[in-house]
Amino acid sequence: MVTGLINANPIIYEKKQRQQRSTQSLQGDEYTVEPIDHLEVFDILFANFHFCFAFTFIGYRDIKDPEHPYSLEELKVITEEAVEVNDQNSYVRVTFTPTVEHCSMATIIGLCLRVKLLRSLPSRYKVDIRVAPGSHATEAAVNKQLNDKERVAAALENPNLVDMVDECLAPSYE
Amino acid sequence: MAETTQLTRHIESYVDSSSTPTHQVHSHPQFIHQYFSISKSLFSVNNTYALQVASLDAIGVLIKTNALTLEALVRELDMYLTSTDAVIRSRGILLLAEVLTRIQSKPLNSETIHSLVGFFKEKMVDWKAVRGAILGCLALIRRKSVVGMVTGSDAKAIARSFLQNLQVQSLGQYDRKICFELLDYLLEHHADTVASLEEDLIFGTCEAIDLEKDPECLMFAFHIVDSLARLYPDPSGPLASFARDLFDILAPYFPIHFTHPTSGDTHVQRDDLSRTLMSAFSSTPLFEPFVIPLLLEKLSSSLQSAKIDSLKYLRVCSSKYGAERIAKYAGDIWSALKDTLYTYLGEPAFSSTLASIDGIDFPKDEIVIEALSLLQQLVVQNSGQLVTLIVDDEDVNFIINTIASYEMYDTISVQEKKKLHAIGRILYITAKTSIPSCNALFQSLFLRMMDNLGFSVSNVDGLQSGGIFDSQRVKFGFLYICIELLAGCRELVILSEEKQGTYCTILHSFSNVLFNAFGSVLAVSADRCPFDPDIYIGVKGLQILAMFHLDVFPIPKSTFENILKKFMSIIIDDFNKTVLWNATLKALFHIGSFVQNISESEKAMSYRSFVVDKTMELLSLHDIALPFSLKVEALSDIGMTGMKNMLTILQGLEGTVFANLSEVYACRNLTSSEIAVQLLECYSCKLLPWVNENGGAEEFVVQFAVEIWSQAGNSMDSNAPSEEKGLLDAMMKAMKVSVGCCSVESQNVIIQKAYSMLSTHTSFQLNDVERLPLTFGKYDISPRDEGILLLFTSVIIALRPKTHIPNIRGLLHLFILTLLRGVVPVAQALGSMFNKLISKSSVVEKSGELTLEEALDVIFNTKIVFSCNNMLQRCNGSSNGSEMALTDLCLSITNDRSLQTNAICGLSWIGKGLLLRGHEKIKDITMIFIECLISDTKISLPLIEGSHENNEEQKWDPLARKCAAEAFHVLMSDAEVCLNKKFHATIRPLYKQRFFSSMMPIFQQLISRSDSSLSRCLLLRAFAHVMSDTPLIVILNEAKKLIPILLDCLSMLTKDIQDKDILYGLLLVLSGMLTEKNGQEAVIENAHIIINCLIKLVDYPHKTLVRETAIQCLVALSELPHARIYPLRTQVLRALPKCLDDTKRSVRHEAVKCRQAWASIASSRSIRF
Repeated sequence: MVTGLINANPIIYEKKQRQQRSTQSLQGDEYTVEPIDHLEVFDILFANFHFCFAFTFIGYRDIKDPEHPYSLEELKVITEEAVEVNDQNSYVRVTFTPTVEHCSMATIIGLCLRVKLLRSLPSRYKVDIRVAPGSHATEAAVNKQLNDKERVAAALENPNLVDMVDECLAPSYE
Repeated sequence: MAETTQLTRHIESYVDSSSTPTHQVHSHPQFIHQYFSISKSLFSVNNTYALQVASLDAIGVLIKTNALTLEALVRELDMYLTSTDAVIRSRGILLLAEVLTRIQSKPLNSETIHSLVGFFKEKMVDWKAVRGAILGCLALIRRKSVVGMVTGSDAKAIARSFLQNLQVQSLGQYDRKICFELLDYLLEHHADTVASLEEDLIFGTCEAIDLEKDPECLMFAFHIVDSLARLYPDPSGPLASFARDLFDILAPYFPIHFTHPTSGDTHVQRDDLSRTLMSAFSSTPLFEPFVIPLLLEKLSSSLQSAKIDSLKYLRVCSSKYGAERIAKYAGDIWSALKDTLYTYLGEPAFSSTLASIDGIDFPKDEIVIEALSLLQQLVVQNSGQLVTLIVDDEDVNFIINTIASYEMYDTISVQEKKKLHAIGRILYITAKTSIPSCNALFQSLFLRMMDNLGFSVSNVDGLQSGGIFDSQRVKFGFLYICIELLAGCRELVILSEEKQGTYCTILHSFSNVLFNAFGSVLAVSADRCPFDPDIYIGVKGLQILAMFHLDVFPIPKSTFENILKKFMSIIIDDFNKTVLWNATLKALFHIGSFVQNISESEKAMSYRSFVVDKTMELLSLHDIALPFSLKVEALSDIGMTGMKNMLTILQGLEGTVFANLSEVYACRNLTSSEIAVQLLECYSCKLLPWVNENGGAEEFVVQFAVEIWSQAGNSMDSNAPSEEKGLLDAMMKAMKVSVGCCSVESQNVIIQKAYSMLSTHTSFQLNDVERLPLTFGKYDISPRDEGILLLFTSVIIALRPKTHIPNIRGLLHLFILTLLRGVVPVAQALGSMFNKLISKSSVVEKSGELTLEEALDVIFNTKIVFSCNNMLQRCNGSSNGSEMALTDLCLSITNDRSLQTNAICGLSWIGKGLLLRGHEKIKDITMIFIECLISDTKISLPLIEGSHENNEEQKWDPLARKCAAEAFHVLMSDAEVCLNKKFHATIRPLYKQRFFSSMMPIFQQLISRSDSSLSRCLLLRAFAHVMSDTPLIVILNEAKKLIPILLDCLSMLTKDIQDKDILYGLLLVLSGMLTEKNGQEAVIENAHIIINCLIKLVDYPHKTLVRETAIQCLVALSELPHARIYPLRTQVLRALPKCLDDTKRSVRHEAVKCRQAWASIASSRSIRF
């Protein structure tokens, strides 16, 4: 396990104003289908369960500082544009950007994202999690690890890892 | 003698140490662990405490009634007061003190008081008896002068003894509190004598309050500091040398912050404490060198309440310390204020609703409000200095100088926007605070701004005449700042007495420039992609210009008129730019209301001729493109500016409505019909409620209603085409609402007119109808008759109970007959009549006036004659098949199925009328419905005679029975169209609760016994209606019994798509049970069946809300005790995946939450749980 700081002083970005959905008017029609889109997936990852990494994963290993509850969104690890959804083909791809090139937390973040999506999307979906090109030192290895279902399943057999993932995904209703 | 023994007993019962509460518990600690004995002793403690209080009261009464003198009491107490046993002594002294507090109003001579003071004062040395001593002093010192009060020298002696002998901080909470009370009282009421103690007093006070932590004591402590500071106001007096120490004691309390939530026994709130501390802080200017730096430092704290408090304290302290002392901090405070505003001022609301009429509308934030009021205080106090600070401030100058670069709101960067908003607010506050500050701002900033834009005072004249503003030079920032300045200036004008100033002259010379600037931003932003803030700014600017008082800022009349013209042209031409159009209309509305309120005749005249009359003209202009719906909107908004305008608008509306109505009837003009419908809608939905609220136009309303009647009677066509249904509905609604808001007298006028129309213009023979037997099928109702009848029913529905209805019996008969034809409004009118009729018991016998009982008799017993073709197959309890009362009709079997459903429907509205007023006959009516529901089962209801005669061959019409189930919906739901407060229904409180409790056992029994699926279904449906409209609180009490039935209802209702609304209503009842504490127990018992039922509902295809609520209910269930729900977990988790793939986003959203909630109650987890 990592001790000390990986990125002690991350850059905090302002939260972007959410795009307003324009389909509110369709609410009246009972039978219109509202397909799953990238905003919804993004909401699943953030608005809904604003999973608060605090500094747990990005910097200080054991300190959860309630004064600075930075989420992945504020750190721009994931942006709205980085979520790609194709409802018809049941496919979703999330690209995330670790804060530093050699962030050893990248796999954990990726694992959390994957678990969150597996739990929240219909089972017909294929989930693809990737590190943004050029943002990580061992990009290929991380990508391979995250998308290998055997390895993901194995990781989730590890009680320590599961606990950590669950802690990250615990709802913090704002 | 008897009294003396009695007194001794009282004294002993109080002093007796073995039974003093604290003593007893503490002296036998070894028993405390034994539950039994402690509960027993607690009981006796309570008991003895009550006894002791009673003895004290008794002694008090003895003294008050002069049965006992104080001297005698003291003599009696002698032994206790001087005993060497500390416990007895302290009780004795306490007794004397307590007695003294009880005889505050009894006159005592000065000698007694003096000696008592001497005694208690001495006893302060005796720390074991200190409570009695303090309490005694407190009781004495609180005496009013009329009953003999403590003299100055005595008070001083008490104070001296207090300061010498008491170690306040080593006492218990209660003792500390009374100590502080005593000190506080001394400082407050014997200030002059105590003042001479000087340093001793100050030092003693410091010592007493140092490190105090109890909120209640602190309240006094802070107040003591406050009084102390008032005692020595002299800057070189005794307090001066102690100021630092005293403040050091106070400073740690700021900001007041409770680390633990306040428990029930302290009644001191944070805000109270904070306010007292604030007055202590601001009590003397001597604190100034310490307070202001502390506050400025705390202003940068991250604690929200600290910031708010700092700002508040700063404001109060500045006003108390005075301008001179604050002057040296002004710069610091100013920059702190600016920073605060930059951080906390939110995005302004550039919305076309224009909620506030002054300045720009910002979201409310407590910090911002406090900051601005501090600024205002400073501007008032240190006017010159602060204005210089503002004018020379680099941020302000930056904004002013770079205004040119802001062309549109969107082009400004986020940081600069923040600055712009903050500076805008600052200028607004400064301008509105005082005339000198306003003058200064205009002279420096405004002129500089104008210079930057190329309008110097020298070339203003040219612009004045030319008046063309280069649209390229319009800058958003400039206009924004202008608006804030103008808004501030406008408020200043309203608030201040003095009406002239330099700013007036400056504004006057620039009024045309401003008008053109705001005007052109409208033109420009309308051409470009119209973005809200720019439009908002333009409209708002013009609005503020128009709303200046004429006598201060004489914008020339021509400018005012130009503004109105500009707005009107937007109203007429720019209707497709929705934002602009709406904003303009609102602005016109505000200007109109303003002009009306200040009664500036000249402006009002212009407004009337340019806006009101113009809007009226719009109605008759057919060749302009403005859609009629927008015309109507403009019409109603302009009308609502004032009663005078409203009357004009109403007159115009009336004319147009009747012109169009006659057009409709004469030439069948469809567009006229549409126009009339829209106008009537506007009349009944917008104008009438306004008139009703503001009063004074009843004459018009009556006249309008009567006029509709004349029009209807004369010209309603004999065969009205079906398209006129809409028109008739609009007329009915307008009629109903008009009648509803009239007084009894006016209603009498209208009903007379309506009645005469009904009797003369239709083929109903109203005068004969009463004498002849009721014969069904006697009338063939022509569409024209039906129209008039419907209009008449809408009058009846809205009448007040006191209004006299002519020929009520005839009408009743007419209504019953037409009801059977299926005219629903007639049923509603009948319901209203039954609701409002006077009952026999309360009426003085009056000839001709129909009472409720008689009317009921008609319903239940008067036979209706049916002709042969409506031959009845069978009739309940009646020998003659061709003659039956309305109520029998519901239970009979006819050839004509609609006859029965109509009868049931009619009866349900009558029932509703009775239910609302709480009449007992409602029971009979509901029994008829229930009879209908269960008519194919063999249960006989003892309540209804003859029901057992049913033979099995009967085939009831299921449609009629369903109608009976729906009748319960009519009974329970709140009707929009009739029988509500608006239409003066008599409503008994809690009628729903009563009805529910009387119906519940019946339904429960019937449902459990019913053996036919159809009647069970119908019963459930009827009960579902009852439950979903009953207040939740009643349902909760019966939750245990109701849940099984409720779940049955739910699963039954899923079968038919038409039941989705009632299904949803019922599901809401269930979710109410799940979330309320009261229902939980029943829910826990039935958890598994509830979950089974909900799982069936999570994919109910016909209503999104049902799915969403069902999932939310499941979330609520996940909070039940773990052991109860754990077994059900797999079941729920298996049902949820299909919700994750729901077609609706909201359902998926809930499903994700629900899945998380249920998964987390599991111990082991896997990737998909």
